[in-house]
Amino acid sequence: MTEQPIVLEAKGITKNFPGVLANDQVDFDLRKGEIHALLGENGAGKTTLMNILYGLYKPDSGEIKVNGQPVVIHSPKDSIEAGIGMVHQHFMLVPVFTVAENIMLGDETTRYGVLDQKAVVRRVKELSKQYSLEIDPNAIVGQLPVGVQQRVEIIKALYRNAQILILDEPTAVLTPQEADDLFVIMRELTRRGVSIIFITHKLKEVLAIADRITVMRAGRVVGTVDPKDTNEQKLAAMMVGREVILKVEKKPAQPGKQVLEVEGLSVHDWRGLETVRGVTFQVRAGEILGIAGVQGNGQTELVETLTGLRPSAGGKIRFSGQDMTGKSPRLLTETGMAHIPEDRQRHGLVLSYPVADNLVLNTYYKQPFGVRGIMQPAAIDANARKLIQDFDIRTPSPYVNVGKLSGGNQQKVIVARELSHEINLLIANQPTRGLDVGSIEYIHQEIVAMRDRGLGVLLVSAELDEIMALSDRIAVMYRGQIVVTVDANKVTREQLGLWMAGAHPEE
Amino acid sequence: MLVPLLAVLTAVVVGGVVIVAVGGNPFFAYIGLIQGSFGSAKALSETAVWATPYIFAGLAVALAFKGGLFNIGAEGQLAFGAVTAALIGYALPDWLGTDLPAIIHIPLAVGLGALAGALWAAIPGALKAYTGGHEVINTIMMNYIALNLTSFLLNGPMRDPNPIDLSAQTPEIALSARIPPLFEGLRFHWGFILALVVAFLVYILIWKTTLGFEIRTVGSNPDAAQYAGINVKRTIVISMALSGLLAGMAGTIEVTALNYRHELGFSIGYGFDAIAIALLGKTHPLGVVLAAILFGAMRNGATRMQFLTQIPVDVISVIQALILLFVAADAIIRYIYRFKTRGERVVLTRGWGG
Repeated sequence: MTEQPIVLEAKGITKNFPGVLANDQVDFDLRKGEIHALLGENGAGKTTLMNILYGLYKPDSGEIKVNGQPVVIHSPKDSIEAGIGMVHQHFMLVPVFTVAENIMLGDETTRYGVLDQKAVVRRVKELSKQYSLEIDPNAIVGQLPVGVQQRVEIIKALYRNAQILILDEPTAVLTPQEADDLFVIMRELTRRGVSIIFITHKLKEVLAIADRITVMRAGRVVGTVDPKDTNEQKLAAMMVGREVILKVEKKPAQPGKQVLEVEGLSVHDWRGLETVRGVTFQVRAGEILGIAGVQGNGQTELVETLTGLRPSAGGKIRFSGQDMTGKSPRLLTETGMAHIPEDRQRHGLVLSYPVADNLVLNTYYKQPFGVRGIMQPAAIDANARKLIQDFDIRTPSPYVNVGKLSGGNQQKVIVARELSHEINLLIANQPTRGLDVGSIEYIHQEIVAMRDRGLGVLLVSAELDEIMALSDRIAVMYRGQIVVTVDANKVTREQLGLWMAGAHPEE
Repeated sequence: MLVPLLAVLTAVVVGGVVIVAVGGNPFFAYIGLIQGSFGSAKALSETAVWATPYIFAGLAVALAFKGGLFNIGAEGQLAFGAVTAALIGYALPDWLGTDLPAIIHIPLAVGLGALAGALWAAIPGALKAYTGGHEVINTIMMNYIALNLTSFLLNGPMRDPNPIDLSAQTPEIALSARIPPLFEGLRFHWGFILALVVAFLVYILIWKTTLGFEIRTVGSNPDAAQYAGINVKRTIVISMALSGLLAGMAGTIEVTALNYRHELGFSIGYGFDAIAIALLGKTHPLGVVLAAILFGAMRNGATRMQFLTQIPVDVISVIQALILLFVAADAIIRYIYRFKTRGERVVLTRGWGG
């Protein structure tokens, strides 16, 4: 590839938040028509850098040039004018509006003071032809699949004449197939002169699509590499700053008797829609059953019902040989169920409580922590100190509010608490979401260790790699049903991806 | 701790400007206020008398805040406590046909009055827990019911039958139901001491017991509380009932230790001032006691201030409102005194309908 001109250049960007140097003398450049991946863990400063380029933050120092000209970007409006468009991880779309209405939102074309919908539809059709982005301008956005909604966001940026696209973790919400489609679109866009900054923490994707890779760690740029000269292991080491074991070491499973039996379970969500539809499966002691599936196919509701947080609409749950359908979280915990919840800040922790209190959040009333209704600070303190040591929780003291810890350490608090009492089943829902590579490594090892100690593990994850790395058996969930359950050794990533997207197992 | 102090200070300064604006001298006014509230044994006694219902009611609102609930119904709970205490106070000996010793009669009057407040508050608590009806709306509505019901009772079934008595009030309670004053000649009574003891007990409850842990957890993060196996609905009802219990005690003590009867309109917004006191005290029992004494002192000293400077007592209401304003909108204080804004904020209640 010939050296293309540089379209965007950031030099010496520094941004200080109280107590955190989020960007420290960051240099970054983007050439015309390239995909430049920005790789790093949460908190590495990727998002801060992009928010500066998009005008959401003002840098303390540093310079931004677009097409060689210095520019001052004070607001997203300035950055759009400079030809920079951003597709956020969480889409900024109005679900009840049409594609065309969403695209013109904030930049409405009017004719005699009236919205000129026709002109927008025409322009959207032009753009979709020009960049081979298939879309129906009159479709209602809320009815489109997630991958297509993302396409709407991309067209929205192109509609505003963006020549530089920032894609923030774009594959997080996609199925593997949708992600492949996105990569095709990205390639197509670059062929037509658009330049793309691709933010992610997924190593495989970076190696598959990027022309150049810049790795950030702790607010600094660690280096920029060519994908040809690197591999997952090297990139992970750059991200974390040390060697990382990416592959989970795992002996063959020794499954014992059934701990959890779910039969014909149905669950309604808050709108009263049946999101889990007659699900049946078993988890045995000493095995990990992974539930794969794109987010929003009923996994959240399934886990909430299994753990007593949500009533069931039909079916049976047997746990430890007893009928536990509709039983309270407390009874389930006392019977030996541990639960690592999907949303750790909402369900798993009280952020305004100290670490010590969070470590007894569901055992506070029992000996030795609560005696005849009185809390026992000495026992709570001893418990906290022991767990902080055993689970390597990085906190200045047991009495720091848990909200002040990093995501990885918050998750360790939950893991420590859940694994520290007498249990025979662990239900882990998205246990490593949003965590850094080091914490992921730790939590994976912990889950496998639990299995080897004879616990049943139900692992729910939207990350196919995680499911593949840990599970002994894999069940695929699609539209509220388990479409297939297979032996983890006898299935390929591609096959799972197809099932996750709704393909029928017999076909 | 700093914000409430600076809020009071700022309110006093801005209040001084108001006093100048109405043609007074703020220095004389404040000297009058301090003399009137702390300047003599009698002034101190009266300040404590004022502060007593404020402490109970402030604790009531603060406890509800700890459970994530905004109890605006302290006024109604207080009225119900007062009516019940008065009824037990004057009618119980008749019902039983015998006099009661004070050691039994006082606890019965106080206890049943407090219980009445608890039951009255438990209703909006249950509505919140089991139907999602918001406690702010429901406690306000329950206030109207309580105050009008009280009015009916005082004008009808519970009215003093003595024909000389023209106002709507109950008969005087029996001597055996009266909490005695501490010193001869002063109105300062044991109810104030009881208020301090109760404040300490509330502190123990919130911070040292498993029930307190449950209340705080539900108040901080109901989803996590449910996850942790806490019965969230039951805890909401308990929080409201305990809050109502404390508010009921405010009314009860006024009847048994001070007025010896319940009369229409005796509470001049204790239940509403209590919200300000709970906020000024940062919902901590010790803070509530200090804030209650401050509010009691201002109410008590205001008369002296008016006598010395002819500044209307209403100025005190303005200053109290300013304190509340600065405490509630603490960003103003942080801006004026150039504090760094800290990341975490105290969340007192959760969203509507949540």
